[in-house]
Amino acid sequence: MASEGRPPGLRSPPFRGGRSRNPPRPRTNAAATHRGPRLPPTDPSRPLDIFLQQLVNGLTLGSVYAVVALGYTMVYGIIQLINFAHGEVVMIGALTAYSVIVALTGAQVPLPALAIVLVGAMVAIPVCMAVGYTLERTAYRPLRKAPRLAPLITAIGLSIILQNLAMIIWSRNPLSYPQIIQTVPYHLTGNPNGATITNVQIAILVTSVAMMGGLLALVYRTKLGIAMRATSQNPVVAGLMGVDINRVISLTFVIGAALGAVAGVMVGSYYGIAHYQMGFLLGLKAFSAAVLGGIGNLAGAMLGGLLLGVIEALGAGYVGDLTNLCQLSGWFDALAQRCASDPNVTLFGSNYQDVFAFLVLILVLVFRPSGLLGERVSDRA
Amino acid sequence: MAGDAATPLLALERLEVAYGGIQAVRGIDLFVGKGELVCLIGANGAGKTTTLKGITGLQPVSGGTVRYEGEDVTGAPAFQLVRRGLAMVPEGRGVFGGLTIEENLAMGAYTRKDRDGIRADIERVFALFPRLKERRRQTAGTLSGGEQQMLAIGRAMMSRPRLLLLDEPSMGLAPLMVQKVFETILAVSGEGVTILLIEQNAKLALEVSHRGYVMESGEVTLAGDAKELLHDPKIRAAYLGVGA
Repeated sequence: MASEGRPPGLRSPPFRGGRSRNPPRPRTNAAATHRGPRLPPTDPSRPLDIFLQQLVNGLTLGSVYAVVALGYTMVYGIIQLINFAHGEVVMIGALTAYSVIVALTGAQVPLPALAIVLVGAMVAIPVCMAVGYTLERTAYRPLRKAPRLAPLITAIGLSIILQNLAMIIWSRNPLSYPQIIQTVPYHLTGNPNGATITNVQIAILVTSVAMMGGLLALVYRTKLGIAMRATSQNPVVAGLMGVDINRVISLTFVIGAALGAVAGVMVGSYYGIAHYQMGFLLGLKAFSAAVLGGIGNLAGAMLGGLLLGVIEALGAGYVGDLTNLCQLSGWFDALAQRCASDPNVTLFGSNYQDVFAFLVLILVLVFRPSGLLGERVSDRA
Repeated sequence: MAGDAATPLLALERLEVAYGGIQAVRGIDLFVGKGELVCLIGANGAGKTTTLKGITGLQPVSGGTVRYEGEDVTGAPAFQLVRRGLAMVPEGRGVFGGLTIEENLAMGAYTRKDRDGIRADIERVFALFPRLKERRRQTAGTLSGGEQQMLAIGRAMMSRPRLLLLDEPSMGLAPLMVQKVFETILAVSGEGVTILLIEQNAKLALEVSHRGYVMESGEVTLAGDAKELLHDPKIRAAYLGVGA
C-alpha cells in the first residue's frame, strides 16, 4: 500500500487498533526513516531540516488531535462525561468519506480531486452528526442523573458497538483511500533534500485552524455559545433562563461530531488509509491532548492537541538517536565491534511513537491534573 | 394595584410536592393576582422553596395543579414557562460565575429576539445598579453576594416577565444590602410586574407585600392582607420575634 508521494505514515499507520498488525520496523536511525520519503536517509549536515520536518509533521498531526480533542472537551465541559465513543465517530467519518470517494472515483465522476474529497466530507459530516445525536439521545440522556460511572462505562460499550458495526459495514481490512490528490511538496529551506511541507499538510493545518476559530466564535460570540457556557456552569439556572438544556446538550454532541467527521476525513486523506479500529488510538490520544490542555477548556484542547502532536513527532523522530547505544561504544569493546559494522544500535525506534502521548498523559495526571489551562481540579470519573 | 382575584396570574390548587417518600408540600392553595406582590413566609424547611420548585417544574409535582394565566402548566419544564413570561430568581442567586455580567444579563433575555430592546434593557439594569455597569466585562464570580443578588434580579427582569418568583433574596446579605434589595423589589413591583416573594425575613416581606401566606410543615396555616398579618399576634410571636 505504500507508494511514492504519499505521507510516510502510510507505511505504518500510527492510528491502529489495540493490537499491532504491523511487523516491527527495522531499528535503524529513526530520525532519518521515520518521516518522509523526501527526507534524505542520512543528512547529518542538516539537523535543522530534520527538526523542521518533524515540527511540520507534528503540527499537522497535532492539529488533527486538537480538532478531535475539542469534541471530548466540549462534551466534558457541558455534562462532565468523557465520551469515549468520540474516537469511533472520527473513524465513521473517515470510512464514510472513504466510501463516497471510492464511489465517485469508481464512477469516473468528472470532478477535481479536491472536490471529491470535499463531497466525501460533506457526506461524512451529517452522518457523524446523526451518530453523535443518536448516542446522546439514546444512551447518555437516560443516564444523565445516574452515577458518573454508568455513562462512562456506557461510553466504552458504545465505542465497542460502533467499532463492530463499522467492521460489519466496511470489513476488517485496512482500506486505502484512492490516491486522487497529487501531493506537492514545498521546500522550507534552501536544501533540495531538506524539509518540506506538502499541500495536504497545508490544507489540514488551514482547515483545522479555521474550524477552531469558527468554534471559538460560536462559543464566545453567539447566543447559542453563551447558552452552552451557561448550561455547562449551571444547567438548572440555564433552564430558568429559558434555555432548552436538552437541545443545547444535543447540539454540543452534534457540533463535536461534525468536527470529528472532518478530522476523520483529514486523517484518512493524510495517511491514505481508514480502518474500523483507527478511532481507538486516535481517540485516546486526542483525549490525552484534552487532558493535557485542561479538560473542559476549549483553548486547552487546541493547545494540548498541537503540543501532543509535536511531542509525538519529535519524540518518535529523536528517540532512535537518543537511545543509540553506539554513543557509548567507547566504553565497551563488544559494542564498538558491533557498531563498526552497523552504526545504529538503538534501544527504542520510532515505533515507540505511541508511547509519548500516554507518557504525557501520565505526567500531566501526576503533576498537573487540571491541565495546562485548566483552572479548577475537578474530580473525574 | 390590588390583585384581581377573579383571574389570578398564578394559582396553586391542592399542590403537593414530595422528595422521595417525604411530602414537603402537602396540598397548598395559593393565588397571585395580576400586579400583586404576594409573599410566602415561613421558617426554614417549611416547604417554601419546594413550592417554587413545584411551580417551575424543577421538582416533580405529586398532586394538585399549577395554573398560570388560567392554564394548567403542572410539571411543565422551566424553560417553557420562561417563554410564557415567568421568571425566577433562584435561591442562592444562581448567577453564572464564569460569564461576564453582560453575558449574564444577555442570558436573562435568552427568550427575546429584539436586539435593540435587549440593549436598552441592559442599560436600564445598569441605571438601576451602577455597580454592575462598572464591572460589566468582569465575570460574575468576582462580585460580592449583594452584587450577585442585584445581578440575579436584573437578569430575571431581562426577560420582561409578567410574573417574577423570588426565592430568599435577602439570604446571606448584609443588612444594608437587604434594604437595597427590597427597595429594588418594590421598584420592580411598581412597574406592574406581578411578584411572588419567598422570604424568611417575615417582617420585611410583609411590609412590602400586598398579601401574605404563612407556611408551616408543608401547609399554609395563615393567609391574608399583609398589613393584617404583620399585626397578627401569632405571627408576631412566631416570626417577628415580638412577644404576643
